[in-house]
This record gives sequence, C-alpha cells and structure tokens, in this order.
Amino acid sequence: MTRSFRALLIRDLKLAARVGGSGVMGLIFFLMIVTLIPFALGPDLNLLSRIGPAILWIAALLATLIGLDRLFQADQEDGSLELLRLSPAPLELIVLAKVTAYWLTTGLPLAIATPLFGLLVALSPEGMLAMVVTLLVGTPALTFIGAVGAALTASLRRGGLILAILVLPFMIPTLIFGVSAANAAVGGTVPFATPFLILIALTLISAVVGTAGTAAALRSAE
Amino acid sequence: MRLSVNNLACDRGGRRIFEGVSFTLLSGEALVITGRNGAGKSTLLELLAGRLHPAGGKIIWEGAGERSLTECLHYVGHRDALKSALTAQENLDFARDFLGNPALSPAEALEAVGLAHAARLPVGYLSAGQRHRVALARLLVAHRPLWLLDEPTSALDAASQETLRQLLENHRAQGGMIAATTHSPLFLSEPKEIRIERQSARIEREVP
Repeated sequence: MTRSFRALLIRDLKLAARVGGSGVMGLIFFLMIVTLIPFALGPDLNLLSRIGPAILWIAALLATLIGLDRLFQADQEDGSLELLRLSPAPLELIVLAKVTAYWLTTGLPLAIATPLFGLLVALSPEGMLAMVVTLLVGTPALTFIGAVGAALTASLRRGGLILAILVLPFMIPTLIFGVSAANAAVGGTVPFATPFLILIALTLISAVVGTAGTAAALRSAE
Repeated sequence: MRLSVNNLACDRGGRRIFEGVSFTLLSGEALVITGRNGAGKSTLLELLAGRLHPAGGKIIWEGAGERSLTECLHYVGHRDALKSALTAQENLDFARDFLGNPALSPAEALEAVGLAHAARLPVGYLSAGQRHRVALARLLVAHRPLWLLDEPTSALDAASQETLRQLLENHRAQGGMIAATTHSPLFLSEPKEIRIERQSARIEREVP
C-alpha cells in the first residue's frame, strides 16, 4: 500500500518537473500577480505593506487554483485513472498521494518563495516570516478543497472555470484566517496564535473531508 | 480461480446496452468477446474492471482469497494509461510499483514486446503501435491473474500480433485468464466466445 503511494507520488513529481508539467507555472503566476499589484496601486509603501499579506494570500490562492483543473483531468484523458483504480491501495490513499504531490510542486514553493515576493509589497521581516508560516499551514487546505472540485470536473473539457466557481467559496475561511494570522504577526490587537490555530484546524478538517470527498467524487464519476 | 458472470445487464445514459450476459471463466481459459461496433463489448470489460456498475446481474470472483476482483486484474483499453512525458521504462517502473506483485522487470517486459531499444524514449515519441506495445508490456511487470484486453491487436503489425498471441498463451499456460474484445481473430487455442448483441442475451459457445 505504501509502495503504491510512493510510486504515484514519485510519478506525479516527475511529471510536474517535465516539459508541460505544472511545476514552475504556479510560482510564475504568483510572481505575476504580486508584481502587477504595486503597479496598479502606485508606490505607496505604507499602503502596500498594510495590504501585503492580503495580496500574497490572494495570489497564493489563485496560483493554487490555476493548475488544479489538470489534477485528475490529465489522468482521466489518457486512461491513467482506470489504472489508478486497479491499485491494491484504497482510493483515498491515491487521492492523498496526488494531493501531496500537487502541494509539493505548488504550495510549498510558494511558501518558500514568499520572502522574495514580500519585498515587492514592502513587507517587514516579521511579516515575511508570518507569511511563510501561514502559507505553509494554509496552502494544504486550499489544495485539499480544490481536489474535490478537480475530481468533480475531471471529465469536463473546460472544467477550470466551473472548478473555480465550485471551490472558491469554500476557500474563503482559509483566506480569512490566513490573512488575519499574517496581519496579527505585524501588529494589531489580536494575538497571532488565535487565528493561526483556527487556520491549522481548517487545514486538518479539509485534509479529512477533502480526501474522503475527492475519493467519493471519483467513485461516482462514470 | 473462477470468474462467473450471471445475467449481467448494463445501462448507460438511461438506455439498456445489453442484458442477460452470462459466462464462466476458469484458470487457463480465454474469453473472446465479439459484436458489432457499439454493441457494448468495451462496456462489458469496464463492468468487469469495476469502472461501471451493473444494472442487473452478478459478477462473482472466487478463489483469490482476500483480494478483490479489481486487485486481480490488468486492464488495457483504448486509452493506454501511459504518460507521454515519461519514458517507457519510467511508465513501467510506475506500474510495477503501483500495482504490486512485481513480476518481470521493465527492461525484460519491453524486451518481450520487442521494444528494448525504446526504453529510454519518452512515450510521446513512439508510434501508436509502439505505445500499444508498451501498454501491453504493463501486463508483464505485475503479476495479475485476469487480463482484460480491449481490442489488443489494434495498431499492431503481424509480427507483434504473433508476439501478443504467444504472451497470451503463456499467461494461460501459467493458469491465467484472459477476456478480450476483438474484431479480428486472435488465433488463441480453444477460446470461449461470446457475442454481444444489443438488447439480447447470447449463449456462449465453445469454438472447436
């Protein structure tokens, strides 16, 4: 069972790294959004650093979303999904392997690259640290929630937009508590731990519900 | 091991595709499924592979201990489940680890289908026939008793068809089972044959 998990994880990581893979796309998209916003707002450093966490979080959310439609669609199109069903491991474990691989190639690089992008929105060092931590904790929640939508839209040809409409509302709580935790770290009346612990809880809940929901969506698809 | 199918029926999109399909498959036996285009041959295989649910009837799988039917079968369909960006070797490495019960190494399996030279090429560079042979090589890297093959000879040249026939006979000699849909004869020895016709039950008949 762990063999199947590892095999699938490694395959998806390899695919992300190859030509046409989603490996760097999310990161470049993230950079584009974060770069565009200072141009739109003008060089007001105080304003930028105040809304910096929100900008970074929205950019991370969109960057997570952008490759999600291919999560199961690619496997559906070339018949790999049928192969995945023949595994001795339960479908939930297969979902977990795919989501883990996706997060390792999108969420994790985003979190690691945040200090660099934080410079563009004049974030303070504490703010950058808080952004890294909240993104590390929060992006798995986004990926798990998105996976349910990806499984539901796997067989639709232009599923990307429907996927976004389906899952964005469910990502709002994560966004709220992610941004408020990052804001709490740079100042404000709320202690950092309060929203941060809720963010952790959201991630844990979506890990369970997202995995079960994605597997159920794949089972019901015919 | 024994696969029994009783009175199987299938609906798709609210329409009855076929009903009353019954057959039994024992170790070492092969079943050839024939029928017109759209008769439901591939659908029958998908039912057996567990991708679709029967609208009626039963699929009974016995003699494999705790392993369910889906854990005991290989499925090679029209969509070859190969990743174009990965090499033939990598695709087979994945299948071997993922499916469990490893048998031949990917290099040996590719040798067996005559593609040893293409092991390091991305599958996207291969021709349709070559891709299909890589998919067939997947049958050899993990040991599973039941092989479900959807048009296994499509896109294969005469020499590859003969190689395929030998692979299938070897598998049967080792106690394996095969269910294959086809339009062209597979030249298997003593296969069972079932003809699917829309909306009607057909009895299986032994071909002498």
